[in-house]
Amino acid sequence: MGQKFSLFQIPKLSYRVLKVWMRNKDVFMKTYKTNFLPSLLEPILYLVAFGLGLGGFVQTINGEPYVNFIAPAIVSVSMMYSAFYECTYASFVRMYFQKTFDAIVATPVNMEEVITGEILWGATKSLINSSIVLAVITAAGLVSSPLFLLIPLVAFFVGFLFASIAMCFTAIVPNIDAFNYPAFLFITPMSLLSGTFFPLTAMPQVVQTIVHFVFPLTNAVDITRALTLGNIETSILFSLAWMLIVAPIFFVLAINLMKKRLIK
Amino acid sequence: MSKEILVEATKLTKKFGDLVAVDAVDFEIYKGENFGFLGPNGAGKTTTMNMIQSVSPLSGGKLTVAGKDITYEAREIKYKIGVAPQEDNLDPDFTVIENLLVYSRYYDIAKQKAKTKANELLKFMQLEEKRDVIIPALSGGMKRRLILARAMMNEPQILILDEPTTGLDPQARHLIWSKIKELQKQGVTVILTTHYLDEASQLCDRILIMDQGKIIEKGKPSDLIKKHVGYEVLEALNSEESMQCLKDVFPDARIDVVNDKIQLFANKPRGVLAKTLEKISFKGGIIRDSNLEDVFLKLAGRSLKD
Repeated sequence: MGQKFSLFQIPKLSYRVLKVWMRNKDVFMKTYKTNFLPSLLEPILYLVAFGLGLGGFVQTINGEPYVNFIAPAIVSVSMMYSAFYECTYASFVRMYFQKTFDAIVATPVNMEEVITGEILWGATKSLINSSIVLAVITAAGLVSSPLFLLIPLVAFFVGFLFASIAMCFTAIVPNIDAFNYPAFLFITPMSLLSGTFFPLTAMPQVVQTIVHFVFPLTNAVDITRALTLGNIETSILFSLAWMLIVAPIFFVLAINLMKKRLIK
Repeated sequence: MSKEILVEATKLTKKFGDLVAVDAVDFEIYKGENFGFLGPNGAGKTTTMNMIQSVSPLSGGKLTVAGKDITYEAREIKYKIGVAPQEDNLDPDFTVIENLLVYSRYYDIAKQKAKTKANELLKFMQLEEKRDVIIPALSGGMKRRLILARAMMNEPQILILDEPTTGLDPQARHLIWSKIKELQKQGVTVILTTHYLDEASQLCDRILIMDQGKIIEKGKPSDLIKKHVGYEVLEALNSEESMQCLKDVFPDARIDVVNDKIQLFANKPRGVLAKTLEKISFKGGIIRDSNLEDVFLKLAGRSLKD
């Protein structure tokens, strides 16, 4: 009873999270044609500009042409962007402007399940969009290992992590414009500095370690790159472990922060 | 009407920080009745509704719905109630029929059954022609009817309507009223909040008047009228002469001055007012039936609440 909230209370979930996920999936399917094109064109643009354009002036990295180096990073960045934007701007619109969450919690679905459904949908968007990018780089011949088939799985998990982080911001922003802060101060720098467009080995070891801890994308890029190029190293285990520990923490935090915001 | 209690509140309390929105109220709502919560803005009506529909946790007291404790069995209770909120929260990403079908999934209603039910409800709410229209293309009245249809998708025992006709034109209001009455005939228990006193007298078997989180009166509208303002009210233009005359003739009556009018509540049996006025040949007054608004303004006062 009462309104005592703990930030790390384990949520009580049921199969009903899927009903929330299905609601978002149904909306997506109604407009998939307009959703599909930008996801397809954006990676092509990046490959042309950075891979073919800039790449011509750049030496090989660890024996790989520059375009092969950045291709998996573009896949990872698309995982992060899709999940993050889905669970910030899009979730905020559903929560605040459309009152969709309020409508759903009037039914037997509870708020924890609504938020979980949203986060799972964010993870799904990561899977869908990054798979389109993956198809593009595969078609462009930039993938050299059959391990790339595991990437959609990674995408769902990376998406889950970024969707959870995004949902924490959604729970605390005063209004929709405030998303500019995490977008420009966290997401954009991360997309540039996570071993995406240049190898982190160019930096001192201390910086490399810090970046691995504070920029989740670094770990996603490492894993994705290993799977496309087929050079699995033990450091991948660190990246995987880091995400496996951090994702559930942000997930639980997101749910409790949202409950704090929405249950009055 | 059977007297089976469907909703029972005991010392029901809700606090937001230091503000006590609902202050230890007791009430019970019987199966099959149409029960209205009245009160000025900020009285605690919507907060009470939110607790009954179990989306807002109690700060104190006890609330049972259909014999189940809201604090522990919220999910079971939600299967039995339908909610039409004050705000439009229809899903703008879907059409009319899709709104009903997507909603039915949250209740685990099988697809085919949901389709039948949705079409039936669209017909009942006179929205058949709008079946495949998107939500932004609907008028305010249509949206209200669709919200009502949506609240009926799970065939609820209890229907909660938070200000069901606020902002609607008279035709749309009357249509909603007739639908609510029909639902009540089908055996649904209706709990509503409203600012409109005519709506409450039209629809409610019993009402409860709240102010500042407390219940100030409850009962049948007709009983409350009889008790607080009597059957009839005399209204006359305000002048010193009339005032003096009326005070002399009805020394015990309550006299209110509203704008340029005198309202006299003598609380006498029907017809007594008219006869007395004839005797003293008082001119310029009209006698009308008293109504719930007179009761409300007497109890809640005339000053603006927000």
